[in-house]
Amino acid sequence: MDKFLFGRYIPGHSWVHRLDPRAKLVLCFMYVLVVFFANNLWTYLLLTVLLLASVAATAISLRIFLRGLRPLLWLLIFTVLIQVFFGAGGHVYWSWGILSVTHDGLISAGLILMRFVLIIMISTLLTFSTAPLDIADGIESLLSPLRKVHFPVATLALMLSLALRFVPTLMDEAEKIMNAQRARGVDFGTGGLKQQIKTIVPILIPLFVNAFNRAVDISTAMEARGYQDGENRTKYRQLKWQRADTISFLVYVVSLASVIGLRFVA
Amino acid sequence: MALIKVSHLSYQYANSETKAVDDVSFEIEGGEWVAIVGHNGSGKSTIAKLLIGLMAADEGSVEVDGQTLSEATVWQIRETIGMVFQNPDNQFVGATVADDVAFGMENRQVDRDTMVPRVESALKQVGMWDFKDREPAKLSGGQKQRVALAGIIAVAPKILILDEATSMLDPQGRRDILRTIKELKDRLNLTVLSITHDIDEAANADRIMVIDDGHFVEEADPETIFSHGQRLIEMGLDVPFSEKLKLALADRGVAVPNNYLDEGSLVDWLWTSHSNT
Repeated sequence: MDKFLFGRYIPGHSWVHRLDPRAKLVLCFMYVLVVFFANNLWTYLLLTVLLLASVAATAISLRIFLRGLRPLLWLLIFTVLIQVFFGAGGHVYWSWGILSVTHDGLISAGLILMRFVLIIMISTLLTFSTAPLDIADGIESLLSPLRKVHFPVATLALMLSLALRFVPTLMDEAEKIMNAQRARGVDFGTGGLKQQIKTIVPILIPLFVNAFNRAVDISTAMEARGYQDGENRTKYRQLKWQRADTISFLVYVVSLASVIGLRFVA
Repeated sequence: MALIKVSHLSYQYANSETKAVDDVSFEIEGGEWVAIVGHNGSGKSTIAKLLIGLMAADEGSVEVDGQTLSEATVWQIRETIGMVFQNPDNQFVGATVADDVAFGMENRQVDRDTMVPRVESALKQVGMWDFKDREPAKLSGGQKQRVALAGIIAVAPKILILDEATSMLDPQGRRDILRTIKELKDRLNLTVLSITHDIDEAANADRIMVIDDGHFVEEADPETIFSHGQRLIEMGLDVPFSEKLKLALADRGVAVPNNYLDEGSLVDWLWTSHSNT
């Protein structure tokens, strides 16, 4: 598990951890949008400073963030290389057959690299500092205006929260089934592709059947506890918008607006 | 008047040739602890589901707290009944302990200001307050069942149904949860209906109903039922440890008393008879 940092939550009590998940979701979304507006040195500099300041506010070290980039390293290199060798326009530095390194190609490669890193870092920041449950609550709250068009927000939220609650339970179960099948002689991870796909079946089918049994049990239990439908319920969990949220919001809005401004000025 | 009144209840599953529940009638008074015991497949869980209207009976009627079970009254009847099921994992709806306790109240549209103190007091009553922010994956089976109990006492029902609530727990967890239920029953004046094949759970009851292949074969207090040791074993049920010891002693030619003795009184009987010889 330690290798896989992408999408994980790192518990803490920092400024960012204590922010309202709605604020974090909206700010993260705005940031990603604005990244696509950035087009010159100053805008990127401002975005980077904003990101680094936010990273500092999570009290999680930058090293862990950079480690989170590692699984995507190959994708990054691949995209940058394509831009470098296939970019066109401006002064041609080097060319061989269909490959050519040009001034504009290099610049767009740099831009793509920056955008990639910024977007990944800001999303990592969101998942590092926000528990999955809070993200679910935030999404529910942000979707609530859709109630007006009869979108089943409460039902969706319950589904999301049940799904999140059963992730570790089902992981445990998959592990158990795998071990049980291993004890009966199934060999995982060896042989050709076809053989490997075949060995997944004895995990998948019991997992599937158990999931159905679980669904029946849990719906019985929910009904016995008075659950009727998603809309007519009160809520125990409540999100609270605090001063820290307003301050962060202002900082982001000002910075991101300046980025858009700089695009046209500089 | 009886709190629960069941008359001539019958139910047959669509894919089965025999009736799972066959002409069952019984009454339970307020404040009683009644156990329904029977081997696997004897129809005891079906009775529980018929009682709260999760399945509709083919014949017969169920009356809870003066109301007859029907489509119109089923939600009102569920308000008065709390149910703990067998699998601790599959009845944990909330994302954390506190959320799970609040779930029943959310369904009853209790507003948040009354919910918060009730969650706290319910969790304190079952000794799980320190775990309020834990996720279910980090709790033991016994702890999850205690959270399920807290969720029930938070909505203050009159009746508590335990549908094999202790069957997936280890002995320690089982003893803990039974002790908690006993305390809650006395304090809140609950009526308990436990459906079980755990003999320790049945020993807590005021009255035991033995069910075999869909109908009741015997109904009496635990002492009387347990004194029929041999017959219980024939029905595929277990007998208490003291009763097993008595049977083993009788096999070795020791003249044991006929009436049921719990472990304490068996120890008394053993040392008095030993010091006489």
